Amino acid sequence: MNSFRSGPDERGLFGNFGGQFVAETLMPLINDLATEYEKAKDDPAFQQELAYFQRDYVGRPSPLYFAERLTEHLGGAKIYLKREELNHTGAHKINNCIGQILLARRMGKKRIIAETGAGMHGVATATVAARFGLQCVIYMGTTDIDRQQANVFRMRLLGAEVIPVTAGTGTLKDAMNEALRDWVTNVESTFYLIGTVAGPHPYPAMVRDFQAVIGQETREQLLEKEGRLPDSLVACIGGGSNAMGLFHPFLDEPGVNIIGVEAAGHGIDTGKHAASLNGGVPGVLHGNRTFLLQDEDGQIIDAHSISAGLDYPGIGPEHAWLYDIGRVEYTSITDHEALQAFHVCCRLEGIIPALESSHALAEVLKRAPQLPSDHLLVVNLSGRGDKDMQTVMHHLNLEEKPA
Amino acid sequence: MSRLQPRFAELKQANRAALVTFLTAGDPNYDTSLAILRGLPAAGADVIELGMPFTDPMADGPAIQLANIRALQNGQTLAKTLQMVREFRQTDQATPLVLMGYYNPIHKYGVERFIAAAQEAGVDGLIVVDLPPEHNDELCEPAQAAGIDFIRLTTPTTDDQRLPKVLHGSSGFVYYVSVAGVTGAGSATLEHVEQAVARLRRHTDLPISIGFGIRTPEHAATVARLADGVVVGSALVDRIAKAESSEQTVESVLKLCQELAEGIGSARR
Repeated sequence: MNSFRSGPDERGLFGNFGGQFVAETLMPLINDLATEYEKAKDDPAFQQELAYFQRDYVGRPSPLYFAERLTEHLGGAKIYLKREELNHTGAHKINNCIGQILLARRMGKKRIIAETGAGMHGVATATVAARFGLQCVIYMGTTDIDRQQANVFRMRLLGAEVIPVTAGTGTLKDAMNEALRDWVTNVESTFYLIGTVAGPHPYPAMVRDFQAVIGQETREQLLEKEGRLPDSLVACIGGGSNAMGLFHPFLDEPGVNIIGVEAAGHGIDTGKHAASLNGGVPGVLHGNRTFLLQDEDGQIIDAHSISAGLDYPGIGPEHAWLYDIGRVEYTSITDHEALQAFHVCCRLEGIIPALESSHALAEVLKRAPQLPSDHLLVVNLSGRGDKDMQTVMHHLNLEEKPA
Repeated sequence: MSRLQPRFAELKQANRAALVTFLTAGDPNYDTSLAILRGLPAAGADVIELGMPFTDPMADGPAIQLANIRALQNGQTLAKTLQMVREFRQTDQATPLVLMGYYNPIHKYGVERFIAAAQEAGVDGLIVVDLPPEHNDELCEPAQAAGIDFIRLTTPTTDDQRLPKVLHGSSGFVYYVSVAGVTGAGSATLEHVEQAVARLRRHTDLPISIGFGIRTPEHAATVARLADGVVVGSALVDRIAKAESSEQTVESVLKLCQELAEGIGSARR
């Protein structure tokens, strides 16, 4: 049977994407992790514990909310918001963190490391590390530290050590390099809790599985409310974990139109963006083959996005494959369009969305008016915008100043 | 054909370990880097590893990260690194030269095109940090088919069960990374190195070179008693970082190379 949901293969490949492109020091550990994860996945006790923490600690299921005023305002498709921003710590990131920390504990690891961009994954990791009493070290680029200070403080409150990374442009890619260096150095004691559907196999598949609860719930909730599956799904993509979580359970439903939204920054033609699929080419970085922003010499180009969480020059390999075979449509939204959508959501729905999620909302603002009123559109509201107050204030000031 | 095998055979005959030097191509700039490269054989380097700069050297410590940045800022590219090898070969046909780096620049250049260019330029071997044996079909197999050695890194985490898989398809020599960590970090104990070499010898007849954290002639000498080759990288690269002029850079790097070679030369007497 032809399925879009059977990947990756035993080498960790989705088509020609993914794999295990890492230094030899890490290979044995990555293989261990893959074996342990396979065992845990099939262990009812593990799944039971995961379900318990998702319910009583994370607060799942997250509501599927009919955005009535947004729907009226746009005058087209019927819009539902999957409210991942209501999870503990304010984003979808915790779904994956709970899963991986249970695995880390099962593997007897005492020390957790993670990279973070916007800080949401760092906060979620620090949170679960505190909950399970494990040492926690978070790598974060200095540029991101400047624009996400509240999250840095949160991580420290939760007992994590936040290590500033000055290399490169001080964003997510550099934080990931530094986390990999730490891991290579402390390989026996340390569990690397990757925050997105990227990195060497088994991370892309494992993170996807932990995030797939988003799509599974959406499916049940919409069947209950509407008696049928959605017509469209929309989610933003940096590495792509919230999108993959929503999309994966629907990949084999031919009637469901799936749209991933990349960050176009100042615009793809300006070169200052984070749209790896729409503006990159295949390459190998951080353990996997995927689409990357790179120059003619294969050097990685720094990404740009107003939202720190999308500011990454690569994308999860499963997205690269879905793009390649055309199962998912990948579009892009500029900083400016995302900010506009941010305001619309605040004013019409009384929900302050994360700037990341605002990219998905901006795509909905474009699309929904062209669609009929019986078109069911689900957008993943992957995180809340509290962390973005500084950035938004900064841009409002710029806009209010006379030119 | 590769110059590695005859070079290690000669050294074995002379009861001497190889000094394997690492430098990043184009660090701090093309001309200085080429001048150092040309001076290395006379300064006692037996095998040369030349780093192909990359923006994201995940397995490297601060010294080599900075070397990558210096080289890239001064316009080094993979094409220029191959050109550097060609220019080196105009004056030296004997010293084995191995290119070391990360996969993406090669991937972008095109594997087939890269192998042809490397062969034509006079490259003897490749070390690609992020290509484990799980991905042998990417570059290892086509490179070996073209007569270019593919040198594997083995590490303290590579256990007996995995070792045959890693060594399968290795050629030229085996590079033992003596500490789990990034380049330039702390060094392994002598006891660890001794055990590791013994373990590797049970699995392979290839020459074994030891690297990571070897900085001084004395340290190089100790390792030279145990292994077939001693790799020094970050300590040489640090000399480039500290130098004040181009002439001083060349002089300072080659002086350390000489001292290391003397240390190794005296090791087994």
